[in-house]
Amino acid sequence: MDEVIGVAIAIVVAGVFAGLFLKGIDRKLAAFMQSRIGPPIAQPIYDILKLKQKQTIIPSTSVRWLFTGAPLVALTSGIVLLLYISLSYVCYIIGLQSPVQGDLIVIMYLILIPSIAIISGAFASGSPYASIGAQREMVILMSTELPIAVVVLSIAWHVADSMYNPFALQSLFEYTLWHHAGAFGILGGILLFLAMILVLPAEMSKVPFDQAEAETEIAEGVMVEYSGKLLAFLLLTDAFKALSLSALIVILFFPYTFTGLFGLSFSIGSYSITPLIEIIFFIGKVVIVYSIGVTVIRVIMARLKISQVAKVFLFAVSAISIIGMVLIMLDPKMKMI
Amino acid sequence: MKSDITYPLNIGPVHPAFKEPIKFTFRIEGEKVVGADIDFGYTHRAIERIAQERNYIQIIYLLERVCGICSFSHPMAYCLAIEDVAGIEVPPRARYIRTIVGELERLHSHLLWTGVAAHEIGFDTLFMYTWNIREKVLDCLEELTGNRINYAMLTIGGVRRDITADNAQTIHQVLEYYEELYNRTSEILLDDLTLRARTEGVGILTIEQAERLCAVGPTARGSGLMKDVRVDYPVNAYYEILWLKPVSPRDIGKEPIGDVYDRMAVRVLEIQQAIKIIQFCMENLPEGDINTGSGAVKMINALKKLEGEGVGRYEAPRGEVCHYVILDNQEHPVQIKVKAPTYSNGFTWAPMLTNIEIADIPIVVASIDPCVACADRMTYVQADGSRTTISWEELRAKSIQKYKGVRRQWMK
Repeated sequence: MDEVIGVAIAIVVAGVFAGLFLKGIDRKLAAFMQSRIGPPIAQPIYDILKLKQKQTIIPSTSVRWLFTGAPLVALTSGIVLLLYISLSYVCYIIGLQSPVQGDLIVIMYLILIPSIAIISGAFASGSPYASIGAQREMVILMSTELPIAVVVLSIAWHVADSMYNPFALQSLFEYTLWHHAGAFGILGGILLFLAMILVLPAEMSKVPFDQAEAETEIAEGVMVEYSGKLLAFLLLTDAFKALSLSALIVILFFPYTFTGLFGLSFSIGSYSITPLIEIIFFIGKVVIVYSIGVTVIRVIMARLKISQVAKVFLFAVSAISIIGMVLIMLDPKMKMI
Repeated sequence: MKSDITYPLNIGPVHPAFKEPIKFTFRIEGEKVVGADIDFGYTHRAIERIAQERNYIQIIYLLERVCGICSFSHPMAYCLAIEDVAGIEVPPRARYIRTIVGELERLHSHLLWTGVAAHEIGFDTLFMYTWNIREKVLDCLEELTGNRINYAMLTIGGVRRDITADNAQTIHQVLEYYEELYNRTSEILLDDLTLRARTEGVGILTIEQAERLCAVGPTARGSGLMKDVRVDYPVNAYYEILWLKPVSPRDIGKEPIGDVYDRMAVRVLEIQQAIKIIQFCMENLPEGDINTGSGAVKMINALKKLEGEGVGRYEAPRGEVCHYVILDNQEHPVQIKVKAPTYSNGFTWAPMLTNIEIADIPIVVASIDPCVACADRMTYVQADGSRTTISWEELRAKSIQKYKGVRRQWMK
């Protein structure tokens, strides 16, 4: 148990840097695609350090306790989200017994909390730009609910065929989505992955779904009144969210370990460094998912209007995920188990 | 669902969507704009007043600073106005060089606009792409005139620098570069899905509205109004370009409805047109003098002896720019009036900005390629910072009074 607490603390500490570096890699990669030089990869860390010593301005029209409290709630829930998603998986890949199973339904709700905190902070700031941003963020949250729920249900449906707990994240480590899957199952899995990849930029507020922050329309929207330490909290929340959502997609769709895939194990002298290799492999997968879901999409598209976003999610993305679910249900091979 | 609850939303005077200070007050209903009010006057620089203190040659360089992007068009219109008064004949070679530089300016201005428009709708990759390829024409202009913008190329009665054989080669290279890129660029701009989703059917200005509100330039042409000073009142080498006609979205097989997409299509087509015009001018560039040969002092002394009024009209990248000057035996004009394209196009914002979404505001405002500083004509500031509203009658009376003063002075 002590070891698990150690792992949890390590996840949070490493999560700060990994999340910020993830955003740094995103910016550098986007710059490369736009034929710019771009900022150094550590730029988000410098931003946080700079904001730490900046003055925090609280607008006189704001509801003070909510305005200052919201970023703290957002950051805390961001940390909880990361821990809840990755603790069991990290324990699994480094060979420890995890006390948490990771409930998919809880994860669905946990994803909402940082956004809800940011929305309440924005409404409390008293700025019209922030109110518009908060309204838009709510629309996006509601539109992305259905695809996420469908993905979670399809995965539970798939796992229910086995002896594992259908709604536990842990079941997926051994019994992955591709396990015993036939042609239908594989196609369905790909569609579900596509739906989650499209949900990722919406949850992260990135182009084409960055209406809540839309710089040229409402001047950073929900974040417009935040400055100094409170803004640093929001940026950290964003980093945690980026890391945990990409980690969730990795765990849902590619939970394979390096050792499991290639059958190799590493050691220096008598010390086994396999856990380290596994962690690096995991972070590598997270970076790839984030680059596909956020960087590539935001580079090739323009920002949509909020009415168009609702249409995209309620019709296109929901349709993709529901077709994926139906295909997984129809997959004949699964019934044989 | 219809609600009666509207709320005000101020955008500006300082806002990331605008490059220059201008204030819009919108009435918003949910995400819909139901009313718009435009407030100019935050960046008035009194250039017309300063011009009354400068001599005729100095004014050319002052007027280059009216607008950083139309820095050829404003002095061009001024030079045409002075040449109109003085009856100066511009040598053919100078007229061709003026056309070439003017069209290079149009090329870079439209590329700049495309980038800005892309940024307004969050398409930063296109922004970086167009500004990246724009560097080539800026380099060419630097080699040709010595400066990337504010070229200082013009003088009354001609141009100041000749196009040498080396320069001609650079121009050919640059034209080849843009011809190669044109297909790819126009494909991105006219066929990209998200770009179309954001621009089609947005900010509609019907042909009747465009005519009634005196829209000029790409804004008018996007609504299907075939209006182009280069064709209607040709100056410089445009006389000789017989195939020149105003572009229209019809050229790409689309009936114009006057939305943002049409205005973008017009600008994209004008990039191609500018390339063709420069090619024509380079092929037919006549030999000879590049100006009248009289130096600055001689020119000022000649103009000092003149009385009269003159008008210069020129098609800037953003639309018609018109300069009006009154000369009265002095070392400086007694009155100079600058009419920038935004001065006309600003009014078209009113019909465009109603019944759109908040998300459309930046792209609709940017779609006329506004140059706020050019259009600012007056500020009325109380010492204690309070605001006063001047009624239309009052303003008209003040204007008549001012111009009567000028007229008396001129008529003696």
